Amino acid sequence: MLTLQCPYCGVDADETELSPGGEAHLKRFGPGSTDEEFEDYLFARQNPKGVHFERWRHAYGCGKWFLAARCTMTLEVFGTYSAQTTEPPQTIKDAITAKRPGWTWGTLS
Amino acid sequence: MRYSGFRVIKEALTGHKGWTAAWREPDPQPAYDIVIVGGGGHGLATAYYLASKYNQHRVAVIEKGWIGGGNVGRNTTIIRSNYLLDGNEPFYEFSLKLWEGLEQDFNYNAMVSQRGILNLIHSDAQRDAFIRRGNAMILNGADAELLSTAQIKERYPFLNTENARFPIKGGLAQHRGGTVRHDAVAWGYARGADSRGVDIIQNCEVTGFRIENGKCLGVETTKGFIGAGKVGCAVAGSSSRLMSHAGMRLPMESHVLQAFVSEGLKPVLPGVITFGAGHFYVSQSDKGGLVFGGDIDGYNTYAQRGNLPVVEDVCEGGMAIFPMLGRARLLRMWGGIMDMSMDGSPIIDRTHIDGLYFNGGWCYGGFKATPASGYAFAHLLATDTPHDTATAYRFDRFERGLMIDEKGMGNQPNLH
Ligand SMILES: Cc1cc2nc3c(=O)[nH]c(=O)nc-3n(C[C@H](O)[C@H](O)[C@H](O)COP(=O)(O)OP(=O)(O)OC[C@H]3O[C@@H](n4cnc5c(N)ncnc54)[C@H](O)[C@@H]3O)c2cc1C
Ligand SMILES: [Zn+2]
Repeated sequence: MLTLQCPYCGVDADETELSPGGEAHLKRFGPGSTDEEFEDYLFARQNPKGVHFERWRHAYGCGKWFLAARCTMTLEVFGTYSAQTTEPPQTIKDAITAKRPGWTWGTLS
Repeated sequence: MRYSGFRVIKEALTGHKGWTAAWREPDPQPAYDIVIVGGGGHGLATAYYLASKYNQHRVAVIEKGWIGGGNVGRNTTIIRSNYLLDGNEPFYEFSLKLWEGLEQDFNYNAMVSQRGILNLIHSDAQRDAFIRRGNAMILNGADAELLSTAQIKERYPFLNTENARFPIKGGLAQHRGGTVRHDAVAWGYARGADSRGVDIIQNCEVTGFRIENGKCLGVETTKGFIGAGKVGCAVAGSSSRLMSHAGMRLPMESHVLQAFVSEGLKPVLPGVITFGAGHFYVSQSDKGGLVFGGDIDGYNTYAQRGNLPVVEDVCEGGMAIFPMLGRARLLRMWGGIMDMSMDGSPIIDRTHIDGLYFNGGWCYGGFKATPASGYAFAHLLATDTPHDTATAYRFDRFERGLMIDEKGMGNQPNLH
């Protein structure tokens, strides 16, 4: 059972209480962008084997969207954090670095 | 060596001393005309059709583990061509026709069994959708029959037709659908390709591509550089990882699908039954095990094992429609990593890099596609034009808004 702590209501939620929402920190491209940027935003994903930043919704709880850092190979959770941010907080980055030195994610590390 | 009934009798009488290995274990040559990355069903079928239909013999298949260790040996073995959309149905019907002649073609017993597949209907809306799909199938030369509740009760007396939430209101049957012994498909294609000169190189991982001036010159592997005129990638759940070495980000996520097998039972189940509304499908293997499954776990993973909520969900679905399942014990379960694409449909196309070709995005339904996928990818690699049945499986369909979204879910891979 995958368990994630909802950063809003503090509940340790089982995966049955949560809805997965795919890759986090996508840069949004809308009207005025090129077709290529728009296609990338809608469809292209990093899909790494290892450190993954992703969106979750506490669907059967407080209903809020939040973000999680997880390893897609070991299913280990590095931490969860608010969705009101464009990049993971330093504490999350440090937690990942402690276990996966040298990790990168797009332009983040 | 040709396999036949006569051969079996002869070997039985002479102490089985004449059997030889089904394929060689060659060291890689410095270069090939075509290198296929991935020794799953699709990679091996591609090599087989390159050699048997497109006269290409300087071909290698590079597999990081052993052939058949990926999804081709992990799936629940169902074949069918019951699709709705134009881009899909002709391709899957071509695949089903290839299955029908496959064992004679590659001289190997793959236990292709057209025992039929039934999709259950529970509501008027679902009936309308299935009638539409059945008509699309018939228009494309496939077979489809709409069954009434009475017909279902007669043919499948053990089904719970009176389930309060999902009463059975009929079904869409495809009698030519069925099951195939999945490992035998990998072995049959491997043997057929090997005997036509293809080198199958196992325990050799591709770690990168050598790309110069926009052209792919070969692959870097754990056994050194292997040169190639063309490189075709068919690595299923590892697609995003492999293609990231060429700087690509694919319209895909990797997810785990679990499969379950009960202890061996006497024949109780005549064909494949899918209970889509309850996320459950089941068939019985020739060994007697009930082989069943349901939904993917729903979040990105490369771990070839799933979590328990899906186990519970699948078993609940099974019990709801097929109550006698409760008497059987679960013997084994496992997971496989699938390349879930953004519209639920595959890609067989060239990439923006010269000499680099891609085959993937098969989601949980690529086993049935194995023959046609191999054929179409071989066609593309040999002729540089898409096969007639695979013209819709292009990378640019996302940019152009021409998605092939059978389920109408949009760009959410975990919902297809
Ligand atoms: C539980 C489960 C049930 C399923 N049920 C069905 C079903 O009933 N019907 C159906 O049609 N489909 C089904 N599928 C889907 C089907 O199995 C897959 O779509 C299909 O097998 C994928 O193609 P493949 O056989 O080539 O993949 P694979 O067998 O996974 O082949 C890919 C190969 O590439 C190798 N590879 C990866 N990276 C590298 C590298 N860097 N270098 C070298 N080699 C590499 C892997 O080791 C692997 O052997 C199911 C899948 C699962 C997991
Ligand atoms: Zn919450």
